[in-house]
Amino acid sequence: MNKKIKIRDAFDHGKAFIGFVTGGDPSLEASREIILNMVEAGCDLIEIGIPFSDPIAEGPVIQEANIRALAAGATVDKIFGLAAEVRERTEVPLVFLTYLNPVFRYGYDRFCKKCEECGVNGLIIPDMPYEERGELEGFAKAHEVDMISLIAPTSEERTRMIAEQASGFIYAVSSMGVTGIRSEISAHIGAAVSAIKEAAHVPVAVGFGVNTPEQAAGIGRSADGVIVGSAIVRLIEKYGAGAGRYVYDYVKTMKAAMINGCP
Amino acid sequence: MSKGRYGVHGGRYVPETLMSEIIRLEKGYEYYKKDPEFNRELNELLHQYAGRPSLLYFAERMTAELGGAKIYFKREDLNHTGSHKINNVLGQVLLAKKMGKTRVIAETGAGQHGVATATAAALMGMECEIFMGKEDTRRQALNVYRMELLGAKVHPVESGTMTLKDAVNETMREWTKRVHDTHYVLGSVMGPHPFPMIVRDFQSVISREAREQILEREGRMPAAVIACVGGGSNAMGMFCDFISEDGVRLIGCEAAGRGIHTREHAATIAKGSPGIFHGMKSYFCQDEYGQIAPVYSISAGLDYPGIGPEHAHLHDIGRAEYVPITDDEAVEAFEYLARTEGIICAIESAHAVAHACKIVPSMSKEEAVIVCLSGRGDKDVAAIARYRGVDIHE
Repeated sequence: MNKKIKIRDAFDHGKAFIGFVTGGDPSLEASREIILNMVEAGCDLIEIGIPFSDPIAEGPVIQEANIRALAAGATVDKIFGLAAEVRERTEVPLVFLTYLNPVFRYGYDRFCKKCEECGVNGLIIPDMPYEERGELEGFAKAHEVDMISLIAPTSEERTRMIAEQASGFIYAVSSMGVTGIRSEISAHIGAAVSAIKEAAHVPVAVGFGVNTPEQAAGIGRSADGVIVGSAIVRLIEKYGAGAGRYVYDYVKTMKAAMINGCP
Repeated sequence: MSKGRYGVHGGRYVPETLMSEIIRLEKGYEYYKKDPEFNRELNELLHQYAGRPSLLYFAERMTAELGGAKIYFKREDLNHTGSHKINNVLGQVLLAKKMGKTRVIAETGAGQHGVATATAAALMGMECEIFMGKEDTRRQALNVYRMELLGAKVHPVESGTMTLKDAVNETMREWTKRVHDTHYVLGSVMGPHPFPMIVRDFQSVISREAREQILEREGRMPAAVIACVGGGSNAMGMFCDFISEDGVRLIGCEAAGRGIHTREHAATIAKGSPGIFHGMKSYFCQDEYGQIAPVYSISAGLDYPGIGPEHAHLHDIGRAEYVPITDDEAVEAFEYLARTEGIICAIESAHAVAHACKIVPSMSKEEAVIVCLSGRGDKDVAAIARYRGVDIHE
């Protein structure tokens, strides 16, 4: 591939829709097909979860997906393989979401180098806060992997510090708690995004709980993108290896709502 | 390097949602630990409510039978609620209250920490919710009812292996949902900074007393202090004031379950490797890809795949020794102690007793060892009976 793919590309044509799947759920082949369906439906950036035995920031839907993927034999190396296969077929930016222990065990340098080789452009690590990122950051930079920072409703005066140092995009956590579908997203999210944007020089995307076209359109008014995980994973839970076309339709609907506003 | 390090171990690897809160906790603790009023109230609770100081008991019959170093037991089993857990819990719940919290949550394995937390919450008028692996709620049904009697709500955790590790996961998840009025009373010297420090400080009363007591009795330092280690809170409390005494061996006893050559153990130092989990860098039982391993021990309180970061550091620098003790050895020690000294100790503590039985015969009669009896064994009687194939009905 000639062109260097950057996370920024995802935000170059309007509001970005960012979709998440747990790699290897229900199988590596199925994950690959579902991801390609998401790309076809207009997904601007794909988050691939590397399954972990104890995902402490996840709600029940994604916890179950981690269990299914591990039971089906997913390993860090196999998820790298999955990413490389997806990368051969698309130029959409790819990021991994995983917990720090699998990265630490793999070796920070080896992990980041492998990301570069497989065409993975960024890393989201929910249990690596700002204060601890130093041990990984140098390796990530050396291999041109963006470390995506999370900012939470409780970040308060930490917001500026985190936003100023952020790379790739900023993952603004919509609400307290763990991942999962929420019927309502806090009305304060617009103000929170504005506060982040004042200090940030990268795009800001909002995740945790987002699942309806109305929420996506609403969040899209202030943020540069929305992140949807559990709603997609729930379709995979329901339809298994055949989830591709359902996920395709879902992403299409969400993307349309963000472009056109809601009906 | 970030704060709260013990060599390379420790740190605070938690979701951003919790960062402001644990920094607030660190500041709150630094303030109150120097506050005379806080210390006066805590001492009052430890003495008038928990029953401290705990006895340092000379096990004369055991010493005579084993024919070596004198064996002393630090009797944490005689504390109110029956274990060392109350030391930490009274400190943390009082701290939480001072910091304006109205609700406490905690994980529990065997139920000792859950019972202690529910007790302190009842005493200080706080709302209390306990997370306990579903498997453990079955193994320790009596403790579940005990917590409910004390006014706590007990949530059986059905994720993962349904044991202590999963209870910690779920309590952390619950804390991210509600931090403004809630304090997480972490039960061991583990988790993100400042917890390993706070729990060690509150448990250090064990070695502070023991040091004075042994000097009074023996006029010299013990040759060794011995304690069981899961996360490692009673061991850290037992080691703390002896760390600077180079002549005192510090020995932690890990759960080797059915043997460290099987897959069924919880021997983190013997079989684990460096990792980052539950907020800390330390040693963990895990696979080559960093997936946390299912662990096993007859003792629910030691059934944990990690160890506190300060223990990991004491191991790295060779200051403390960690030895694996199997289920069989622990059960034998449990029965031996009951028979010889009339003390039914917790199966966790029996791991330390087992190691003492191994090492004292080859030591000089002039020397003394202190074994921390971290808890009492009422909760384990039914499980030991089952282990021996005896059918009893509770």
